[in-house]
Formats: sequence, C-alpha cells, structure tokens
Amino acid sequence: MTAATETVSDTEKRRTRTPREVIHRHAWPVRLTHWVNALTIFIMVGSGLNIFNAHPRLYWGQAGANFDKAFITLDAVQTASGMRGRTTIGPFAFDTTGVLGVSREDGEQTARAWPAWLTLPSYTDLADARHWHFFFAWILVVNGVLYLSWSLASRHIQRDLWPTPTDLRAIPRSILDHIKLRHPKGEAAKRYNVLQRLAYLGLVALVAGMVVTGLCMSPGVDAFAPWLLTVLGGRQTARTLHFLFAFAIVLFIAVHVTEVVLAGAINEVRSMITGRYAVPPEHD
Amino acid sequence: MTIITRRQALITGLTGSGLLLAGCSKIFQADALTESASFQRVLAAAQGLTHGTQRLLLADGELAREYKPSDISPHFKANGTLNPGGEDYDRQVAEGFVNWRLEIDGLVTHPLSLSVAELRRLPSRSQITRHDCVEGWSAIGGWTGVQLALLLKAAGLRAGARYVVFYCADNLDGEPAKGGEQSPGQYYESIGLVDALHPQTIIAYDMNGKPLDVPHGAPLRLRVERQLGYKMAKYVRHIQVVSDFRGISGGHGGYWEDRGYDWYAGI
Repeated sequence: MTAATETVSDTEKRRTRTPREVIHRHAWPVRLTHWVNALTIFIMVGSGLNIFNAHPRLYWGQAGANFDKAFITLDAVQTASGMRGRTTIGPFAFDTTGVLGVSREDGEQTARAWPAWLTLPSYTDLADARHWHFFFAWILVVNGVLYLSWSLASRHIQRDLWPTPTDLRAIPRSILDHIKLRHPKGEAAKRYNVLQRLAYLGLVALVAGMVVTGLCMSPGVDAFAPWLLTVLGGRQTARTLHFLFAFAIVLFIAVHVTEVVLAGAINEVRSMITGRYAVPPEHD
Repeated sequence: MTIITRRQALITGLTGSGLLLAGCSKIFQADALTESASFQRVLAAAQGLTHGTQRLLLADGELAREYKPSDISPHFKANGTLNPGGEDYDRQVAEGFVNWRLEIDGLVTHPLSLSVAELRRLPSRSQITRHDCVEGWSAIGGWTGVQLALLLKAAGLRAGARYVVFYCADNLDGEPAKGGEQSPGQYYESIGLVDALHPQTIIAYDMNGKPLDVPHGAPLRLRVERQLGYKMAKYVRHIQVVSDFRGISGGHGGYWEDRGYDWYAGI
C-alpha cells in the first residue's frame, strides 16, 4: 500500500490544525467485495429468518420434527391470557411475546418466530424467501471466492490478517485497549491489531461455515457428498449450526459497526469506499 | 474523547447495526421487489444455475444416503393432506384399497393399469432414507415399493418423453395459487427422466414394514430421495409421461410449484 503524503513535525501546528497523514488503506478488491458481502449478508440473514419461520425449531442429529426434542424453539403458545411467544433454549424458557414467537404484523398479534421487521420479505412466505436466499447464496459464494483468491494471491491475508507471534502475545493488552475503547494511533493505526485480525479471519471462517452447513441441508448435495453430513453430524445439526453461525455473524456485525463508530465513522467508512484513510495522530 | 461521547458512539454503533439489519428490507423496498414479476425472473436465474450444478454433481446417478433400521424416526411427521377424504377415497380406505388402480399413460407404448396387489407382486426395492421437508424438518423412514424405472420400462417410453407427472387423490383447495393463474387444488407433481429412472425413485406401498397409512399417502406414494418432500406425491393414482407440463394445471409442474416453489427441489 502506498503511504505518507503529508507529515507534520511541528507539534504546535498539530495542536491548532492537524494536516493529517493520509494513507491508502484498502485495495479496491477488498473495498468492492466488502460492500457486496455486506449487502448480501443482510439479505441472507433477512431471508434466512423468513425461511426459519417455516419451522422455528432446531435439533441435533440427522432427523428432527415436531415430535422430537428440540434444542431451540420459537413457538406461539395459547395461554389463559391469550397467545404468547415462548422461546426455549435447552431447558430454559422465556416469554418473548412481541419479538419472538408472537409479534405484530399489520397491526395484529401474529404467531411468527421472527418479527416482520427482521425478515425478508416482511410477510411470511417460504417460497419467496427461498428465491432471495438461493439467488444471493450464489453471489455470496462468487464474491467470497473472488475475495479469497485475490487476498491469498496478493498476500493480503498472509500479511495483513494472519497474526504474527508478536500479535498473539499482545492479545491481553489488545483486549484491555478495546475494553477501554482506546484506539491505536500513528504507526500502530496503519496495521490491523490482533483482535481485528482474529475477528476478520473468524468472519471468513464463519461465512465458509455458512456455505458448508447450508449445502448440507440440500438433499442433492447430500447425495453427492454424504461424507459432509457424517463430518457435521447430521442434517439437523447442520441446520442448527447454520443458524448459530448466522447468529455469530450478526454479533460480528454489531461489534464491527460499533468499532467503526468508535474509531471515527467518517474516516473509517471513507477508507472502505475510496481507500483514503487519515491516520490518527500520536497525540491529540 | 470524553466518556460521554464514547458511550454515545457505542450506542450509535449498536443501534446503527440493529437498524441496518431491521431497516434493510425497508430501504430497498424488499416487499415491493419480491412482488415484482421482473425481479422474480432475475431471482429465478439462480434456480437454473442450482439445477444445472446439481445435475453435474449427480451425473453418475449417486444414491441418497440410506440409514440403519435403528435410525428410523419414532414419529414420522405427516404434512400436507392428512386424509384426502371424499366419498370415493373413504370407500377405498374401507375396502382396503382393493379397487385402487394406478394408471400409467401418456407418451408410452403400452399404457398400464395396475392394482396395489399387482404392484406388490413385482420386484421391490426397500430403502431407509431421510425425508427433508422444505420447511426445514427431517424424518427417517423405511420405504418399500416398485422402482418407477421398472414401470416406465414396462410401459415403454415414446419419443419426446421428458417428464413424469403424478396425479393424486388429494385436494388442498384451501391454498390459493400465486400470480392470478388459479389452478385447481388437486395435488400433482412432476419430475424429469433423470430422477424418474433413478434406482431409489419408487412407488412405495409400505412404510416401516407396514402398508402405508392414510396420513402418509395410502395406498401409494412417490419417493424421490434426492429432492425435498413436496416432490413426493401421496395418494398417487395416475402417472402420465409428457414432453412438457406447461399445459397441466397451473403450468409449473406441481401443486406447490404453481404457488411459487421451485420445480427442481434438490436444495
């Protein structure tokens, strides 16, 4: 990456008006695949939740349906006080009326696992949600393959993402920095810190995991590669993992967007659009 | 940065990502897009790609996984029609289906009409397979029946034969068809010849060692093990070999296909 267009030696000047050092932070393939991926993941999550609503129960193993013991359920139950949303995770049950199990749709309390404002389309329609999901699944895969091939060929992953031994030793300190919301400045801000590296590599692994567990739910792919199901422990396990990985991706997005805002939203977002990134000065 | 602005940043970030997720479908008018026919045609391009890819992957007639008797689900969920009812079907149930006929016609040289007893005398195939519903659940069951390939061979396929259509005794008329083209609620399905001639594609009469019960499709149902459950028509009484299914019912090759579901259900 090209660096250093402007530098300032005078501390006084820096205090008054700081002509910051601007670097070219993200290469265009990273920027392009980032935004395609961002849009695609939102669509995959929204349509995925709509698909989930068709059978809001998750199981472990090869098979699982209503009579079988579920690991997670997002059900609507009839009680003396009307229809309530009930979420169960293992042995724990929660009343989640209003959000999970039962929520408002067109002004009426409706039995639906995920609420209308989270699903794509907003109304429950398995056929339409599957159309969205399987179209954008191809985009996700093609985009992911392009990103990975470019990133490996250009050594972006090896150089910028793979943590060095020094990085790994710095994990405790980096955790402390993140908790204190202390962001790297100067030279340190020009490279990814160790938690960033692990988070981005983790995201790559999660998306790969989404694709594999997603394919495992296809009876056609299962006939082609039955060993995949053996490795994963069954079709319903694959479906449960698909959901849990998606949940982990949503968690990643929440932390990612929060960190972007904390580190300076305009500068960070600009660096992912134009590539230009103003390095935060050492002292402010 | 003071603590206050950090907290604000934190709140902005968290609510921002939440709103992004929630507002996503609103921002690009997902519901309106979904209902637009031209956008649906764009999305449908992926179906062809998926179908083509799976055809390549399954070019050697790979078998769906078969399970052990101990894997059989204690309760195999019955879905869709649980009892077709009606005077004719109820009488057939009472008679033990002795007068049920399976008609095989269309683009064949020798149309067939077979009773359940006649089907039972033909060579059979038994398989314990996993049934995956489009809704997401799965159940494992043992099936015994006649390979469809055997029946089609006996009937003799004529030139132009491309699809096999299954007409059923059940009517789900409660569900409206999509896009205005109302099709009658009679359940039907169709598969291509690749699946029709696949060794695991059978017209099943037994489930878990006993004659099929009414909720699971008595007396005859189709098993197409490399596709989803809605392809596996129950209460089958008529098999027709055709070159094209566009003129049949809603024109999309099946009851659920006429209501927006994909014709190829390998995913």
